[in-house]
Amino acid sequence: MSDARSELTVSLWRGAQQGRYESYNVPLRENQTVLDVVTFVQRHLDPTLSYRFACRVGVCGSCAMTVNGRPRWTCRTHVSSVAKGGRLEIGPLENLPVIKDLATDMRPFFEKWQEAKGAFAPSKTRHDAIDAIRPDSPARVAVDAAIECINCGICYAACDTVRWNADYLGPAALNRAWTLVNDARDAGNAQRLAAVAAGGGCHACHSHQSCQEHCPQALNPTASIAGLKRRTVAAYLKGEIKA
Amino acid sequence: MNVRLYVWQRATAALMLPLVLLHVAVIFYATRQGMTAADILARTRGSIVWAALYGTFVIAAAIHAAIGVRNVLFEWSPLGERRATMFAMAFGAALLLLGLRAVAAVVL
Repeated sequence: MSDARSELTVSLWRGAQQGRYESYNVPLRENQTVLDVVTFVQRHLDPTLSYRFACRVGVCGSCAMTVNGRPRWTCRTHVSSVAKGGRLEIGPLENLPVIKDLATDMRPFFEKWQEAKGAFAPSKTRHDAIDAIRPDSPARVAVDAAIECINCGICYAACDTVRWNADYLGPAALNRAWTLVNDARDAGNAQRLAAVAAGGGCHACHSHQSCQEHCPQALNPTASIAGLKRRTVAAYLKGEIKA
Repeated sequence: MNVRLYVWQRATAALMLPLVLLHVAVIFYATRQGMTAADILARTRGSIVWAALYGTFVIAAAIHAAIGVRNVLFEWSPLGERRATMFAMAFGAALLLLGLRAVAAVVL
């Protein structure tokens, strides 16, 4: 790093919903992620700091936090790319209740996955033959574009509509619903389309595209939601779902 | 917003698109031709075509605006869904009344 500084000034959120930012000085390293910084504080400066992580390699989706005002996956965010002027401000994800310090209560996020019928509904038993799905079929291509979600909650934290509308299912849950709507093996689409076409469903999306902008997996939930809008409108006009 | 309101808002938007263009064209035409109120009324009075065009426009605008206002109030005010819906319906009814009254004034 060309920066001549030897320390970072790091402000971390301390407390629950009500709290304050507290400053810590953390040694600057050649290669250092934001999660490394938080871990250094917890191990060397204040063991009471609460935060959440598991894999440290961008797979599990546990370590998302607000870093200098933007939601990010901290294990794959290098300090050198975000610490302007040697300063970092790290807070919990927005749009979720704060349990303590940097750990949020993810229950509303995952409950909305269930409300959006984000669970696979099997159409066959183990005694039936497995469906052959061509990788180049349009439905499978649509699934491929949306499937790599790691449930980190960054899109949920970045979404204006989530902030304004407590009923809104959010980008991740709707993106998940879209992958199942396109899954030939799934039998739950009648209930799923009804769930995402209700108030707080896909039609509440304003297409601001913050989810797409912030998604660490470079997914585009806005496009998935647009797909759900088209699919639900067609189903509504055919009388397959009521509203 | 559920799928029913979404369909109504998009459908009324699609309906209004040509009507807005026509409305702007009519304004330009009337002002550039230097038409007086009497000239305009002579053309619109008793015209089923003008009554149908502007009547449709007013109805579509009232529905479209009411749905939009409901969303804005629901998301940006502390009113809550039920009161936002009631306020938006009253707003749409007022637009409908004022608009149809204006249409009646030029075609009847």
